[in-house]
Amino acid sequence: MLNSRIPDGPLSEKWTKYKSKVPLVSPANKRRLDVIVIGTGLAGASAASSMAEMGYNIKTFCFQDSPRRAHSIAAQGGINAAKNYQNDGDSIYRLFYDTIKGGDYRSREANVHRLAEVSSNIIDQCVAQGVPFAREYGGTLDNRSFGGVQVSRTFYARGQTGQQLLLGAYSALSRQIAKGSVTMYNRHEMLDIVVVDGKARGVIVRNLMTGEYERHFGHAVVLATGGYGNVFYLSTNAMGSNVTAAWKAYKKGAMFGNPCFTQIHPTCIPVSGEYQSKLTLMSESLRNDGRIWVPKKKGDDRRPRDIPEDERDYYLERRYPSFGNLVPRDVASRAAKERCDEGFGVGSTKLAVYLDFKDAIKRLGQDVVSARYGNLFEMYEKITGDDPYTTPMRIYPAVHYTMGGLWVDYNLMTTVPGLYAIGECNFSDHGANRLGASALMQGLADGYFVLPYTIGEYLSNDIRTPAMPTDHEEFDKAEKDARDRNEHLLNNDGSRSVESFHRDLGHIMWENCGMARNEINLTSAISEIQSLKKDFWEKVRVPGRDDVLNPELEKAGRVADFIELGELMVRDALDRRESCGGHFREESQTEEGEAKRDDENFTFSSAWEYKGEATEPTRNKEELTFDTVQLTQRSYK
Amino acid sequence: MAELNLTLKIWRQDGPKDPGGFKSYTVNRLNTHMSFLEMLDVLNEQLVNTGDEPVAFDHDCREGICGMCSMVINGRPHGPLEGTTTCQLHMRYFNDGDTITIEPWRAKPFPILKDLIVDRTPLDRIIQAGGFVSVNTGSAPDGNAIPIGKEISDEAFDAAACIGCGACVAACKNASASLFVAAKISQLALLPQGQPEREERVVGMVKQMDEEGFGHCTNTGACEAECPKEISVDYIRKMNWEFHRANVKG
Repeated sequence: MLNSRIPDGPLSEKWTKYKSKVPLVSPANKRRLDVIVIGTGLAGASAASSMAEMGYNIKTFCFQDSPRRAHSIAAQGGINAAKNYQNDGDSIYRLFYDTIKGGDYRSREANVHRLAEVSSNIIDQCVAQGVPFAREYGGTLDNRSFGGVQVSRTFYARGQTGQQLLLGAYSALSRQIAKGSVTMYNRHEMLDIVVVDGKARGVIVRNLMTGEYERHFGHAVVLATGGYGNVFYLSTNAMGSNVTAAWKAYKKGAMFGNPCFTQIHPTCIPVSGEYQSKLTLMSESLRNDGRIWVPKKKGDDRRPRDIPEDERDYYLERRYPSFGNLVPRDVASRAAKERCDEGFGVGSTKLAVYLDFKDAIKRLGQDVVSARYGNLFEMYEKITGDDPYTTPMRIYPAVHYTMGGLWVDYNLMTTVPGLYAIGECNFSDHGANRLGASALMQGLADGYFVLPYTIGEYLSNDIRTPAMPTDHEEFDKAEKDARDRNEHLLNNDGSRSVESFHRDLGHIMWENCGMARNEINLTSAISEIQSLKKDFWEKVRVPGRDDVLNPELEKAGRVADFIELGELMVRDALDRRESCGGHFREESQTEEGEAKRDDENFTFSSAWEYKGEATEPTRNKEELTFDTVQLTQRSYK
Repeated sequence: MAELNLTLKIWRQDGPKDPGGFKSYTVNRLNTHMSFLEMLDVLNEQLVNTGDEPVAFDHDCREGICGMCSMVINGRPHGPLEGTTTCQLHMRYFNDGDTITIEPWRAKPFPILKDLIVDRTPLDRIIQAGGFVSVNTGSAPDGNAIPIGKEISDEAFDAAACIGCGACVAACKNASASLFVAAKISQLALLPQGQPEREERVVGMVKQMDEEGFGHCTNTGACEAECPKEISVDYIRKMNWEFHRANVKG
């Protein structure tokens, strides 16, 4: 039975009370406790440095050449906090409420309220580290407004907020590395979790430079390994972003929460050909001044400038007169897909719509538009070769973030005792849809201000456990499994590249488990993925050796895990016969084609439990109760 | 749509201790909308399909911000386009029939690990030698407690935009890391938060830079010219000033 371990008491007092009651670990005992942190993005770096400051022994691991490279670095827009510096009526409650509503009522009230409570501390901490947030001339911090809320609570550092926050966390981590309280292992990839007597006790990692397999013991293991958007092959994630660590955890007993909840961002640069390796996001802020349209005539091949005003369909303004181009991400994405599916798409692939600044330039002048969006226009031109000042941008939705992830309780612990998941790799806080500027907030909240407290509840009971020698049979077994798998991949002598399987998987996922989902397609996707899996293990060709740097081998392991995750995502999407947030089931829509939630039957988070290779996983339920907010159907008409 | 047929001369090296050398490859019928790294993906898939080992290169975000990609293209770090990382360079800047030479960063403190991949951990160790503000989680005052003028904050940001790719080192004939180190020192020296540790920071980081084997600044400005984030060499002047100031203060 799932126990969310939500503290008693009124919502706004739960976290305060919890903090005063959580058992403490004495400084002398902290020195004897080892914690492993996998991943060095916002969540991992902030958790590792904070716990090291408290006195725990920390080991951190990342697959990149430096902890500063984690994909948090690419976040553009900003970070939310309920500071109310703008005196516009913001409060912890409003941030909490917006996040619950934005998530379409599929997240846990207690977690989200805690997130809103600690949001202010994050800004203070980052400012103190020297993060150069945007400021007003008077010297105070500046804010901007962001997607679908009525207050200005987003703190930002030009279009590089993620970079600046990550470098702040990286600097805190570097300080602890210098002190010797954190040992950093770069170019290492986690290949398995070691569970001894039901508790997470360590990891198997592979040194990517030498191919050596290493065993590391920890009293607790923290996964901060990000999201799994690359299951779609094309996404805005970094090339290396992968699900492997979370997937191994799932196979060792950690349940997977709401795997089908994926955020598809409406404004990305469209795919230009088969060779495409990743997609680039264009900040959501462009929709403040750009107008989205397609030609009224199917297959209209004229240049956009030659299409007269009355032959253009500004479909968002037409369908959603009150919100127009500023409807939430999921709504804007689906509407673009609908137009393109009907044959109104533009560009060489016909999978794009126009985002046009002609009227904004007429209204504001080119200088103002350039001051607001100059760097984005430049990036767009670099990638596409088109100048957005004279030709409308072509955009199309792309996979951007995964709300689903490892199921965790209030303490951020998975269903394996001693195994924690923080940041994007857990499922908490964003429900079925994430609001803009909330990912950075959650990553840093978990790492700086939540986990360092909640992990004490578990570790305070573990102070008598001595460091375990890594020749325990569970370490032997986990290492052998990892070695055998890589050996199998290298000796397979197949005929197809890893890349080609990944591309096929992405195609299946995007077509059947992307912006719109239905029973028939999802059902057939399961068998397509199963046969892809079979083909992969029979036909994949992985060149090179195991005892040297071998990027193809790394990729093969990750793709193998993505294939299995893909099947679970499809199962979850099939199981949830309602539309909510980023999950749109075609069978559950209103007469006007809008998403229809089914609160009576689906007010729960799904938590999938691994039952072995040959058995289907089981879906457990965490019923969601809403004591504070009232559930309403979202409308943007 | 225009298509490219290219000859690539790529540095291949098995490991840190193995000898390396250039090997030539041809890639044909490339789309000009590809990025440079996608062009290498095409080559690598071609190599895998013919049973050869693909070219190893560092890359991750492919949107110009993680700082992982690192290759010298026709003699220039990150290639011919100014203010652009390799991953943001697109093939429309090349012509059909071109021969393109691709090498790793060449600098003694960055040993080649394999093919185009080098070891840049010396840069991490320089940050560990003082590139931070010592503030424990939970001990920060309110974000608005210390006002910071917009100009100062913007200038600190310009320095903080460094992505730590190491192109400045690769561009410098002395393999100096001055621009990288100066950017971090300047960011924190400009801000009030950086004041308490201002002297020990610059001394510690400069010492570490020397110990790692990076050379002295040549004053040629090659680093700024090749920096994908166009960080100004003025920060090196500032670092030197900070260094002398710290020594005078003892």
